[in-house]
Amino acid sequence: MGKVMLEVNDLTTKYITRYNEDVYAVDHVSLQVEEGKTLGIAGESGCGKSTLALSLMGYYFPPLYYTGGEIIIDGRSISGMKPDDVRRTILGTEIAYIPQAAMNALNPTRRVINFIEDVILAHDPTENKKFIYELARASFETLGLPPEVLQKYPVELSGGMKQRTVIAVSVILRPKVLIADEPSSALDVTSQKMVIKMLKNLMETGFIKSMIFITHELPLLYNVTDDIMVMYAGQIVERASAREAVFDPLHPYSKGLMGSIIVPESGLRDVKLTAIPGAPPNLKNPPAGCRFAERCKYVRAECRYTNVALYDAGPGRAYRCILSEKVLRDCYEHERAIAA
Amino acid sequence: MSMNEPLRPSAPPPQVGPPPQVGREKQTCLSGTGVTKLFGFGRTKTLAVDHVDFNFHEGEVISIVGESGSGKTTLAKMLLGLISVTEGDIYFQGQKRDISSSRKKQEYWKNIQAIFQDPFSSYNIFSKIDDVLLDCIRMRGGQRLPKEEKVKLMTEACSFVNLKFAELTNKYPFELSGGQMQRLMIARIFLLKPKILIADEPTSMIDACSRATILDYLMKLRDEVGMTLIFITHDIGLAYYVSDTVFIMEKGKFVESGSADAVILTPQQPYTKRLLNDVPKIYEEWDLSTV
Amino acid sequence: MRHTFRQAFSSGKFVTGFVILMGLLLLVILYPLIFRAPPLQIIAQGTFFPPGIYVSAYDSINAPTTYTLNLDGAAAKRVAAKLKDEDRVAMKEWLVVAGVPEDQIDISDAQKLLTLWAENYDPAKQVKGMTLARQRYFQRVNNAIQGLLSTEGAIIAVRQPESGALQEAGAVKQTDYVNISEVPNVRILPLGTDNFGRDVFAQLVRAIGVSLLIGIVAGLIATGIGLVLGLLAGYVGGAVDDVINFITNIFLVIPSLVLLILISFSVGQESRGAFTVAVVIGVTSWVWTTRAVRAQVISLRNRDHVNLSKLSGHSLFRIIRGDILPYIMSYVFMALILQISAAILAEANLSILGLGPRTTDVPTLGLMMQWAMIYQAHILGKWWAYFPVLISITLITFSMNLMITGLDQVFNPQLRN
Ligand SMILES: Nc1ncnc2c1ncn2[C@@H]1O[C@H](COP(=O)(O)OP(=O)(O)OP(=O)(O)O)[C@@H](O)[C@H]1O
Ligand SMILES: Nc1ncnc2c1ncn2[C@@H]1O[C@H](COP(=O)(O)OP(=O)(O)OP(=O)(O)O)[C@@H](O)[C@H]1O
Ligand SMILES: [Mg+2]
Ligand SMILES: [Mg+2]
Repeated sequence: MGKVMLEVNDLTTKYITRYNEDVYAVDHVSLQVEEGKTLGIAGESGCGKSTLALSLMGYYFPPLYYTGGEIIIDGRSISGMKPDDVRRTILGTEIAYIPQAAMNALNPTRRVINFIEDVILAHDPTENKKFIYELARASFETLGLPPEVLQKYPVELSGGMKQRTVIAVSVILRPKVLIADEPSSALDVTSQKMVIKMLKNLMETGFIKSMIFITHELPLLYNVTDDIMVMYAGQIVERASAREAVFDPLHPYSKGLMGSIIVPESGLRDVKLTAIPGAPPNLKNPPAGCRFAERCKYVRAECRYTNVALYDAGPGRAYRCILSEKVLRDCYEHERAIAA
Repeated sequence: MSMNEPLRPSAPPPQVGPPPQVGREKQTCLSGTGVTKLFGFGRTKTLAVDHVDFNFHEGEVISIVGESGSGKTTLAKMLLGLISVTEGDIYFQGQKRDISSSRKKQEYWKNIQAIFQDPFSSYNIFSKIDDVLLDCIRMRGGQRLPKEEKVKLMTEACSFVNLKFAELTNKYPFELSGGQMQRLMIARIFLLKPKILIADEPTSMIDACSRATILDYLMKLRDEVGMTLIFITHDIGLAYYVSDTVFIMEKGKFVESGSADAVILTPQQPYTKRLLNDVPKIYEEWDLSTV
Repeated sequence: MRHTFRQAFSSGKFVTGFVILMGLLLLVILYPLIFRAPPLQIIAQGTFFPPGIYVSAYDSINAPTTYTLNLDGAAAKRVAAKLKDEDRVAMKEWLVVAGVPEDQIDISDAQKLLTLWAENYDPAKQVKGMTLARQRYFQRVNNAIQGLLSTEGAIIAVRQPESGALQEAGAVKQTDYVNISEVPNVRILPLGTDNFGRDVFAQLVRAIGVSLLIGIVAGLIATGIGLVLGLLAGYVGGAVDDVINFITNIFLVIPSLVLLILISFSVGQESRGAFTVAVVIGVTSWVWTTRAVRAQVISLRNRDHVNLSKLSGHSLFRIIRGDILPYIMSYVFMALILQISAAILAEANLSILGLGPRTTDVPTLGLMMQWAMIYQAHILGKWWAYFPVLISITLITFSMNLMITGLDQVFNPQLRN
């Protein structure tokens, strides 16, 4: 087992809305990412993936608040640090985050090099511009991006190039952990492939040590990650290796999710995709018991009041359901038989 | 379970496929000849859409697939009448489209609706999301309905996209996640029931499961009102799954078009083949070395 | 809206600027309520009375009660105040001649000087080479000093109406004091008087008020015109844009100060009230706002939420009001503050050139500067006539710029990557 780069124990964060209600978007999440590994996160939109990514950096600003848990990056706990210290010493160097739709949010009046200056100066305000430029040039070259990009404005770049630039800017300080929130969902397949290649390259060349990858595109997730974590309504519902998560999911929600994968292959048009009717519970006051109960095909009476823990199912594998592995598999098998 | 022979992700119940192919013989709804869009002038000139011809039939599901910058969004905005057409003509229901005055434009917009590519910029961040939905009810002439009736309509529309209206009411768009914003944009369509829907990457931020639900309901809506659906997408799997006709766009031109099966399963053009090759797959090796 | 305000007040810079400005505003509002004298009334005979508390001498002598206070050093202070500089120099000159080492003589210390004088001066002493006239002069100085040192009081006499002879009516002893609150006529002039003999402070307070008002009126006019034209040019585009662009370009090539001077001049001195000047400044300074608003609107009008609004069949007016204006409101607000502070400076510029509001109605900061300049207050060293005005102008523009910087930081946070 490799060295653990990122360890999170029982992290809970909440949004406080304008009406002073608490929205627990990340609820007792624990995870581990080893050196050289990529962890994928999938889940219903609105289940708290982006919030988790934001929370992992230990840098909270309203309306997001930290309520408990611990974040350890490469053996160093960052919970309880002052926000300013976190900004100076953690962000960018220990952990970096590429926000969802970051490439569309770039200030159109500034050049790429200005963004890099921002990142470096936030970390060390004394660096001079010449040095920053050299550093940026060197790392762009390593990442296979033409250095001319540095002098360009975001609008002058194509979507794929923009996203790769954003990634290059984010990893300029060589963070240990990179969190990429849907880095390729706005890109065409070819650009997407280039982005993924670049991310893999980052890992191989040691620019970053570990990565957390968030996407809705399951085939992509399967190809990019080593482990996959499925979230539902602020909680982890399943954690498994990529292969197991995609081909042999245990939790009914993951099962449904993996049943909706579409790939352009013949016969797909005759497949009925799994759709789970209903909406996830309100995170303001989540129901007692299993949060998926309301939409679960296999729901039992006790699901609605038993507080379901994450059940350990072998190495690196866990799921949150009161049904045993065997019962779940039987259910799925039965359903397949009926369908066939 | 052997590694070479993985399970299909879900058991295929064959009874329900995409709805039966309707509209083949139906009349033309939207068509264009030599439609061109030129941005800028001089050195910064960009030919975003280059003399494309198309013929979309009523009730048909069309997908336009192509890489970034190939001009898909530009074509969509021209179809919507939001930007001018540099050259060529667009025909609406067999007649040349006339949107020369703002009155005629408003008339045209009664028939056509859109889901824009970037949900983050599709909202006015200063108004609550209730306003977005109420506006749709107003457009359908329902402004005089009692409040409960309106709430009922909105709740129903939200339920089609796996959202709970009660949870969203009184919120501002920036309090939603990207996928929730996108789903709310789709919820509008269930209230509006337009004749033509142009959906630019409508599900790019939505999880696979909700996507299936939403597509299901969109297809039902199509059957119900005979809506023509134009999907613009990078997601070739989605294009293949939902559409009757697929157009492949490269650098402003349609390089290949035809029925979904023909284009996706037996691509003729090298560009189409490359696109298909680049799609991440789960049953085959995804070759990263080709880019 | 409320959110925007809360955001604005979370910025330290904005709050500092705001507090300074509110302080000035409070002064402008409260001062005239407490001191009701008209600010432009001429009260002093003579020019440039220095700042201080003015007590009526007549009333002091006739104060209802006098109090006796025996204070140490009172006499010395009195002498020191009365001993003229030239006398001190003369004393030093004699003492040096008389053989006192020069470095022991400090003419700024009146007490020591007088002691030395008393010890060394001898009217009979003949100094070689000194003319008789000069010796007489020193004797006169000595007499004057003796007079100062006298502990006698002053006699108050009244003239007999018939004979014209003086008759003693009372005496003021050196230890007599009056309580200033019992003196009926006291006037505090915190900044003295100006060349016309008017209270500078009262004038300044009024001038700040008028200048702010000019700034606000001009700023509102400029921002109003700029906003409307910018919105039309940016959103409607096409021919409307071309026409507006043409007009702004014309305004842009003529420096606005030149235009301002020409218009002010042609309006004429008589009809140039503060309001007219504000309007003139307003209608010549909208160009910048128009351009900025136009650029912002152009980047907004292609945003998808506007497109969505169009598809929903909303009218032009409604789209501008609902989908464009809120987005640029914070920006327009900043532009407004900037315009106000620019207009205050423009008024000062105009007034210094003699093209400000006519001088009889109200003071403005610019007019006060102009008066001080014409009467050469800066050359005469009458700092109170111009320095506080400069400070006020600086304070106003500084506080406004601070507010803008603060707002800018709040509204345009740099993207954290
Ligand atoms: N307003 C504009 N001014 C100038 N050029 C533009 C404008 N809008 C688009 N373009 C250019 O037109 C081309 C086509 O852009 P378009 O947005 O239609 O591509 P797309 O196929 O939708 O790409 P994506 O998949 O990234 O959304 C691009 O090269 C783009 O740079
Ligand atoms: N500013 C906010 N105030 C209150 N609630 C919020 C706020 N931002 C997000 N939320 C809520 O928190 C939950 C989690 O949002 P988050 O953005 O983390 O979802 P996500 O899993 O990233 O979804 P997506 O896949 O759509 O991006 C959502 O239910 C959302 O409504
Ligand atoms: Mg997200
Ligand atoms: Mg597009």
